[in-house]
Amino acid sequence: MPIITYREALNQALREEMQRDDRVFLMGEEVAVYNGAYKVSKGLLEEFGEMRVVDTPITELGFAGVGVGAAMVGLRPVVEFMTWNFALLAIDQIVNAAAKMLYMSGGQYPMPMVFRGPNGAALQLSAQHSQAFESWLAHIPGLKVVTPGTPYDAKGLLKAAIRDDNPVIVLEGEMLYNTKGEVPTEDYIVPIGKADLKREGDHCSIITSGKMVLVAMNAADQLAKEGIRVDVVDLRTVRPMDREAIVASVRKTNRAVVLEEGWELAGIGAQIVDYIQRDCFDDLDAPVIRVHQTDVPMPYAKAIEKAAKPDLAKTIAAVKKVMYLN
Amino acid sequence: MAAKKRTDGKHLPGDAALRRELLHTMLLQRRFEEKVGEAYALGKIGGFCHLYIGQEGVSTGVISMLRPDDYIITTYRDHGQALARGMTPRSIMAELFGRVDGCSRGKGGSMHLFDRNLNFLGGHGIVGGHVPIAAGVGFAIKYRGGDQVIACFMGESVVNTGAFHEALNMAALWKLPCLFIIENNKYGMGTAVERAAAIKDLSRRSDAYDGMHGEYVDGQDVFAVRESMERSLETARRESKPVLLEIRTYRYMGHSMSDAVSGTYRTKAELDEYLKRDPINLLKARMYEAGDLTESDFAAMEQEIKTICQDAWDFADASPEPSIEALHEDVLVDTTS
Ligand SMILES: Cc1ncc(C[n+]2csc(CCOP(=O)(O)OP(=O)(O)O)c2C)c(N)n1
Ligand SMILES: [Mg+2]
Repeated sequence: MPIITYREALNQALREEMQRDDRVFLMGEEVAVYNGAYKVSKGLLEEFGEMRVVDTPITELGFAGVGVGAAMVGLRPVVEFMTWNFALLAIDQIVNAAAKMLYMSGGQYPMPMVFRGPNGAALQLSAQHSQAFESWLAHIPGLKVVTPGTPYDAKGLLKAAIRDDNPVIVLEGEMLYNTKGEVPTEDYIVPIGKADLKREGDHCSIITSGKMVLVAMNAADQLAKEGIRVDVVDLRTVRPMDREAIVASVRKTNRAVVLEEGWELAGIGAQIVDYIQRDCFDDLDAPVIRVHQTDVPMPYAKAIEKAAKPDLAKTIAAVKKVMYLN
Repeated sequence: MAAKKRTDGKHLPGDAALRRELLHTMLLQRRFEEKVGEAYALGKIGGFCHLYIGQEGVSTGVISMLRPDDYIITTYRDHGQALARGMTPRSIMAELFGRVDGCSRGKGGSMHLFDRNLNFLGGHGIVGGHVPIAAGVGFAIKYRGGDQVIACFMGESVVNTGAFHEALNMAALWKLPCLFIIENNKYGMGTAVERAAAIKDLSRRSDAYDGMHGEYVDGQDVFAVRESMERSLETARRESKPVLLEIRTYRYMGHSMSDAVSGTYRTKAELDEYLKRDPINLLKARMYEAGDLTESDFAAMEQEIKTICQDAWDFADASPEPSIEALHEDVLVDTTS
């Protein structure tokens, strides 16, 4: 199997889906002539032309709405946000329009569209450019929210998102674009709403998704050296959430660490812990621990930025704590 | 630039049949909404409900010029346009009553009337939010190489939103076949337009976008609206360019059902002044003068419409409420392409 980057995987997904269906088009800032702010759309303008690879002005609310309107009358827009931080200007179109059109029209207007872009913190970009929006978006009925953590999942989930007749949010990781992994050349999709057990172990579960999958895998490697076997559940989709996969893992290990990139209060992890306490109350050998961003805006200076982020050391410490090893 | 268009008394545009149809459409909107007011007072309709009374010349003038394959999108003040488009009084009244036979299956209510078969893309509740959506429909028309247009109705307060500017900029930049129609009824809730917009002639907002045509027109004169639409359609349909129309009108009722008709932000005297230019009375008077219509013709029309409105009420009243299963339907579709 070829080994490619997460960025190339997304690029292949876009290209293949645009070849497959001429109603699919890509729109956003710098997606065409510039080849994408993160080069995800490289070469697409050349292949598909400017009607299908559309450079927009810096007008998030406006072009998200253009996507909504185009989807209402039968096109299948892929709306790229340069980063999700900027999508806050378009939140009205995502939450009030795309997510609710089908419902408030009594089923008349499905919204086959994708909103995608990099989510979460990179390095030293400070407060306005370092935010993880999983829980904001997962809160909204009418949306699906996927968070691929590997090149394989990125390609398969983006293809599934484009083929889905509902509005799908794709949260990519800026720090993931250069990561590599095996991606088959044959056509495949990763079903939305299905978790993936990325590592098997019977001592403790780490339940996570998106960029934090890499952190969890590193933690699992480190812990294995100490004889601790960790189950890594990659949710891959945070709405709808694969509750069965969470429960199956925790019933097996009896201990869980919930790892997410965002903030604690009303975070994705809060929902996961709720499922665990409802479905696995009698299975637990220790309280569940959450690892997340410190409850502050992201600082700039290196050392305190590191202190704010969920990371390998915090994850390992959390696993040891639920195993009463310290 | 814009000029106020008027038609003279004797020589009315169109033929007598068309004029009767225009009058009928306007009168239906008026009497239907009077019935809505009654139903609201009886608690049969809930939530926010915004009447269109006084503005019927706008919906009728604009929509009577559109083709069936053109698109319409509007705000929460949407009963008038829905009726003018040919949505049935029954399906609208049932929606307002929150019943399954409503045009949106009882899920939308007054502010969210939709009809896919008539390309009626909904009433929308976020001020300004639907204007970029209209640009998106224009984009899709162009993408497919069609020659339809989209008519996007909005209140005058929308010109102060960012969404409006963002949408018009893209529509002008990409030459999209969009008719942006400002219904200037002088107030956004209780705020007079002069207290909200730093521009007097709203249609001049088109000057901000190279090549966008803008004009204003008297919305109480349905013929003037139609004439302006004829020019605008030429630009939008033939040249695929957006147009900004400011249609000046007035609402005779409060902003919504809880708002007094006058006395707070506008005077009774002002309202009385505008009542003299009731679009229905103006048209009727000119039709009498032209010999299109007699008083007994008009009385017969009133009677017929009264029956239609009562029938809509009875139909809505008899329609069942949505089942508890419906609560969970239409959140997502399960098909994929
Ligand atoms: C973004 C937003 N802000 C505020 C409101 C509340 N609101 C509803 S209608 C309205 C006034 C709008 O006036 P205008 O655009 O002139 O339309 P009209 O009601 O006169 O038809 C306001 C403030 C809203 N629905 N959306
Ligand atoms: Mg107004």
